[in-house]
Amino acid sequence: MGRILLVGRLAVRDLRRRRAEAALLLLAVMTATTTLTLGLVLRDAAGDPYQSTREATSGPDVVASVGGPARLSGLEELAGAPGVAGHSGPYPVAPAKLQASGRTSDVQAVGRDTATAPVDQPKLTQGGWVRDGGVVVEAAFAGALDVHVGDTVTLDGRSFEVVGVAVSAAMPPYPKASCIVPCMNGAVPDDRAGAGLPPGLLRNPGLVWLAQADARSLTPDPGSLAYVMNLKLSDPDGAQAFAAANHGEDGGGLTVRPWGDILEDATELAGDSQILLLIGAWLLGLLAVASLSVLVGGRMADQTRRVGLLKAVGGTPGLVAAVLLAEYVLVAVVAAAAGLAAGTLTAPLLTESTAGLIGSAGTPPMTVSTAASVTAVALGVAVAATLVPAVRAARSSTVDALADSARPPRRIDWLIAISARLPVPLLLALRVAARRPRRVLLAVVSIAITVSGIFVALVLNAFLGTQPLAGGYDDAQVGVLRHVLLVWTVILLCLAAVNAVVITWATVLDTRHSSALARALGATPRDVSAAMAAAQVLPALAGGILGVFPGGFALFAAINAITGGDGGRAPLPSLWQLLALVPATVLVVAALTSVPARLGGRRPVTEIL
Amino acid sequence: MSDAADTPVLRARGVRKEYGKGEGLVRAVDGVDLDVGAGETVAIMGPSGCGKSTLLHLLGGLDRPSGGEVSLNGRRIDDIGEKALARMRRNAVGFVFQSFHLMEELTAVENVELSALLAGRSPRAARRRAEELLEQVGLAGRARFLPSALSGGQRQRVAVARALSNEPLVVLADEPTGNLDSAATLDVLQLFDGLHESGQTLVIVTHDARIAATADRLISMRDGAFVDETRLTGGTTGRLGALAGLED
Repeated sequence: MGRILLVGRLAVRDLRRRRAEAALLLLAVMTATTTLTLGLVLRDAAGDPYQSTREATSGPDVVASVGGPARLSGLEELAGAPGVAGHSGPYPVAPAKLQASGRTSDVQAVGRDTATAPVDQPKLTQGGWVRDGGVVVEAAFAGALDVHVGDTVTLDGRSFEVVGVAVSAAMPPYPKASCIVPCMNGAVPDDRAGAGLPPGLLRNPGLVWLAQADARSLTPDPGSLAYVMNLKLSDPDGAQAFAAANHGEDGGGLTVRPWGDILEDATELAGDSQILLLIGAWLLGLLAVASLSVLVGGRMADQTRRVGLLKAVGGTPGLVAAVLLAEYVLVAVVAAAAGLAAGTLTAPLLTESTAGLIGSAGTPPMTVSTAASVTAVALGVAVAATLVPAVRAARSSTVDALADSARPPRRIDWLIAISARLPVPLLLALRVAARRPRRVLLAVVSIAITVSGIFVALVLNAFLGTQPLAGGYDDAQVGVLRHVLLVWTVILLCLAAVNAVVITWATVLDTRHSSALARALGATPRDVSAAMAAAQVLPALAGGILGVFPGGFALFAAINAITGGDGGRAPLPSLWQLLALVPATVLVVAALTSVPARLGGRRPVTEIL
Repeated sequence: MSDAADTPVLRARGVRKEYGKGEGLVRAVDGVDLDVGAGETVAIMGPSGCGKSTLLHLLGGLDRPSGGEVSLNGRRIDDIGEKALARMRRNAVGFVFQSFHLMEELTAVENVELSALLAGRSPRAARRRAEELLEQVGLAGRARFLPSALSGGQRQRVAVARALSNEPLVVLADEPTGNLDSAATLDVLQLFDGLHESGQTLVIVTHDARIAATADRLISMRDGAFVDETRLTGGTTGRLGALAGLED
């Protein structure tokens, strides 16, 4: 107990003594934990409006549909199946073309009773319910077409007055509609584009409700009508099992969709955002490891004497390692808690605000698995970055540690030989880089991760800009996804910038003696500053190139593999964008590192020597 | 106080270096005048903290004086820019430090050639000169050794070779034997003896009387100011080690 108290006390005191560094450590880990939390809880947050809509519309637990009147018996049998507590329908559904404000769209026109239904009674957000000659338009679809109550629309050439706008939980909002009549959402797949689509197949249909007689009158052939029925179950949680047990086995007959599937489609955007955020979280986690490794390496160098003192008064190597690890574990735990709180509270801001559902996203509940995952990642980051230096410090000689001997720099023969042929700033820069190859590697990795992230952000942004419907998104939803992309790109850039500055500063501190010596031997402050900046720019150049190829391509391929997306349709950045990305990265790194490099190059020589 | 030569290589007039303000003001160097002639060896002695090293830094352009003038080869160096100062240090001054200040990751020959490379010499010429100098200081066989594989005396000899790399007008040595045992001290003394004989201008700061005895002039310093100056004869005999009592 006493030892634990000692370890805790030493860790807290040291953190308090170096508040700025502790804050930087906290920030680095927190960016990863916040993004991870967002990724994990976003779908829960996005599910709230669907749940509100379900309650307000007496939403069905299961939606069943059949392809024609000949199969209506299947629906009637289902209505009497065990476990069914109530139903509405079957209602006829006719495929049609809707024209409004000069725009044309496919629709599924559902014929409804004018009376209120016990299951799935769409909630009106404007106007009234269906009546003869009047049409009610699903709210997200109405928003996309910009139609309002009182407007006139035509369905297959017949005029109808828009009498209402409503939301429903029986179908995901436009443009994610479930297909009751044959339809498809999204872009036409490449393999079908040439062959042409089957006749009568609706593309990205909207949903409208009409009086039953009006719906039936839209098609001269009653056989082309489909039918839909909404069921309430005595056990709503058993909807998935009910659907599996009652799904038609004759192919094309009875389709049974549990409400969970509709929820999933309704929150598909959040699902895509979630994938983006989780990928962002992993990138940020890797960047955080790089940040921490540099910061921890620098701090460990400062703690050599402290390690010697601990050992001199009887601390075992295990105790020393525990003290050093405890600091970072403590930071990781605080970062995990802060990340969980920040991620949970900001999740509603990153969910879609669709007119197709009512209510807004709320703060999602915190689950044990989310808390455990985020904490595990934070601890993983801290331990990955700290373990090696902590064990190295614990194993160091007590006498050397007490003498505060610095870790000797590395020597890379060929690099030193090459550098002799270069101008003074590059000569010094290569030798600075050669002293700490692990730090150079971290800088390369940090830049490569960032550039890979930017590459993917460019691809996705271009994809969303040019083919929004390929993902089944409307403009507002594209805006949400772009917002998510922007958030993690900005966080990624910020952390990469912090890394570049921290790595430069660690290099400045580590090489202060040799820099001062170089100046004593005749190097100018500008030579030394330029060398410090060049020592960061060279890894930035390597990282920039590796970040584009293979980094960016590999990351994009990984995203496609995870999401099952069709990467072939996404426009890859043009050659000039890729060519500009690398020098732009180098320029930004040069600008970021110039300040610490300049400060380092101007420290008084006599003070250091 | 100083005995001016016709054209002093190094000249200081009323040089001051102050730290702090008001009651906390410390005068590390307080109005020093000094002329060092070409080929002359001057030793500056005094207790720790008397301002010897600070003065040496001011003379070599490593630090700027709070007042007064410092000239090297007739050119003021106290009022020139950092870049010009660096160029001056590169071409006209060689430093030897008490703790050697060698780059640990560079071999002996790479340490020596560094000054020449910084001065823009070709790698081939810099390497040739470095090898010559290492031979001159008796370390030809240790050229490819890292500093960690060399003794204290050998390290200091490498540092001396480095100081001579660009054929400086003056070599400024700050306690060059301060970290060495007697045998290594003898090695370094003999090296300085050779430099002196070859006409190299030397300013050596020390509190070791044996080193001081090897100079042409010995200046005593206390509380930032020169308090005594003695012209020695031993410094011109070329038998510095014997005079210092380090040879049989």
